Amino acid sequence: MSFQFFVQQCLIGLTNGALIALVALGYTMVYGIIRLINFAHGDLIMLGSCFALSLVGWLGLAAGGQAGTWGGIALLVVLCGLFCGGLNLAVDRLVYKPLRTAPKLAPLVSAIGVSFIFMNIGLFWLGPADRSFPELLPATNLLAADGLQFSAKDLLVVVVVVPLMLALSFLVRATRLGKAMRAVSQDPTAAALVGIDVDRVIAATFFVGGFLGGAASVIYGLYINTISFQMGFQNGLYAFTAAVLGGIGSIPGAVVGGVVIGLVRSLSSAYVGERWTGAIVFAILIVILVFRPEGLLGRGTKEKV
Amino acid sequence: MREFLRERWELVALVALAVAPLVVPALGGALGGQVTTLFIYCILALGLNVMVGYTGLVHLGIAAFFGIGAYVCAVLTVPIYPFQLPFVVAAAVSVLATAGIGLALGAPTLRLRGDYLAIVTLGFGEVVKVTLRNLEQITGGMKGLNPVPPPGAGVTVAGIDLGRAFAIDPRWFYYLALLALAAVVVAMRRLEHSRLGRAWVAVREDELAASAMGISAVRVKLSAFAMSAAVAGLAGCLYAASLSTTADPNAYDFNRSTMVLCAVILGGLGSIPGTLLGVALLVGFDTVLAPWADSWIQQFNINPSGSSLLSFSGWRLAIFGLALVLVMRYRPAGLVPSRRLAAELQEGHP
Repeated sequence: MSFQFFVQQCLIGLTNGALIALVALGYTMVYGIIRLINFAHGDLIMLGSCFALSLVGWLGLAAGGQAGTWGGIALLVVLCGLFCGGLNLAVDRLVYKPLRTAPKLAPLVSAIGVSFIFMNIGLFWLGPADRSFPELLPATNLLAADGLQFSAKDLLVVVVVVPLMLALSFLVRATRLGKAMRAVSQDPTAAALVGIDVDRVIAATFFVGGFLGGAASVIYGLYINTISFQMGFQNGLYAFTAAVLGGIGSIPGAVVGGVVIGLVRSLSSAYVGERWTGAIVFAILIVILVFRPEGLLGRGTKEKV
Repeated sequence: MREFLRERWELVALVALAVAPLVVPALGGALGGQVTTLFIYCILALGLNVMVGYTGLVHLGIAAFFGIGAYVCAVLTVPIYPFQLPFVVAAAVSVLATAGIGLALGAPTLRLRGDYLAIVTLGFGEVVKVTLRNLEQITGGMKGLNPVPPPGAGVTVAGIDLGRAFAIDPRWFYYLALLALAAVVVAMRRLEHSRLGRAWVAVREDELAASAMGISAVRVKLSAFAMSAAVAGLAGCLYAASLSTTADPNAYDFNRSTMVLCAVILGGLGSIPGTLLGVALLVGFDTVLAPWADSWIQQFNINPSGSSLLSFSGWRLAIFGLALVLVMRYRPAGLVPSRRLAAELQEGHP
């Protein structure tokens, strides 16, 4: 259990955490804007992975050379992003939009329903067994230091996640749409009064959250190399936990939460044992929430009469 | 007649269900066991309804208390442990234990609001599941604990060995579960109109206003936590005894919690008939209808390759999900909304 081992585990944790954060953003953005825990988000990403797997076959990516591979992956990320974004948008239109004024738990149950439907589609798409996702990237180590592993796969996570997050923070902070999103998240009625088309902003939020999820689904396939129709639940659970841990509704919070969950997972798998990881992650979540009820970076809400 | 049915539907349903095993011979076979499971889920859902329906706190980990009840009951009765207590004592202990654990979870987390509380209950559910799976020395790991002896094992009443009777004829469990369900329904009816029940609803409607009227929101919420947990523990106890095993810990996972939560919301929050109907539809679909439809389709021999597209259970999740989405779309307050909520909706309140 040397120091080097510890650094290696942290590296794994950071990479995993970046992936979790990308999914967590989808939860936190939707929650921030319509206060809905989108239970179907994990399964949306599962469908994204199905689509990515089919695309790899159709485009013949597995046979391409080194240069073609990176271009192909970029194409996959964009296409799966559009697929998941569009699907998320369609679900919002068909399922959640009619429920905007319904009792608070109605959209939650609908989201659980959508997640079941997605799972069933995934079952037909992939079949009941686990499917292996082709290894498009070589596993050779990119670091000179021996004992430390950082392969092209890990690099992929970084080169996809970091630019996407920068783009997202630009979108939210500096564009008209981002400003509208922040306004709707603070107070939908007031936002509508000053002329913001609330429905369009909500739709855009679903699209952006879905797009990030679609990108995550490609990386997931390439990084973990096994997909199944049941994978959405577990991934969604960790990502959702990350979003809550960071302070749900807060975009930097989702990133911080994702990295924390990734580190906790890899360190507890390494030092305590894989089979306790689930319990440790959630125990830490409960403890953090008890002492910081609004999450790490969330803002406390004042109770109003 | 209609008036009578509306006011006394519980009695009518109870009599019908009590007579059913005498009229329907299938209840003496596998169907009897399935319906028993259905009754047990009804009890579980009524427990969850206390928290989600009356008090308005979203609980995503009710299956954990269901599981704790099952395991406590099993530890106290299985032959491999020295306790081997009678079922009634074991049931009482598991109800008390789950209530205690509910209090222990509720006390530090009650100041969390809305969805944060939901995620804590979800996390608790996962912690319990992982712990049950990994503490192999106590819980038997993935094998679970078995055999859980039937209630009244070794007791002979009027020449009938109760233990043997329970083991041979599923109708004994049918009646035991029905009796427990009836008791829980009556208790919930009484609670609903009691001081405590009205305090739950007051806290749900407006916590600040309720506190201003002198209701201690913390105590009221804690009691809801404990009551939900205790009823779930009772259900777990019956579940383990009726299956004669705790089954593996995955039987108490998040899917189980969401299933019961969906049943409560689908039926109508805070409404006893709604909750029962919700469970009958969702759990009945899963445990009774889906296997039946599968075997019915099989007799036509259209699916020799075993493709999931051509079997009923291959479509199970989609039908389930679509049903949830459609009911929420057209009846957002549930199938049988509680009278109070229905009245509020008609008055045009949010």
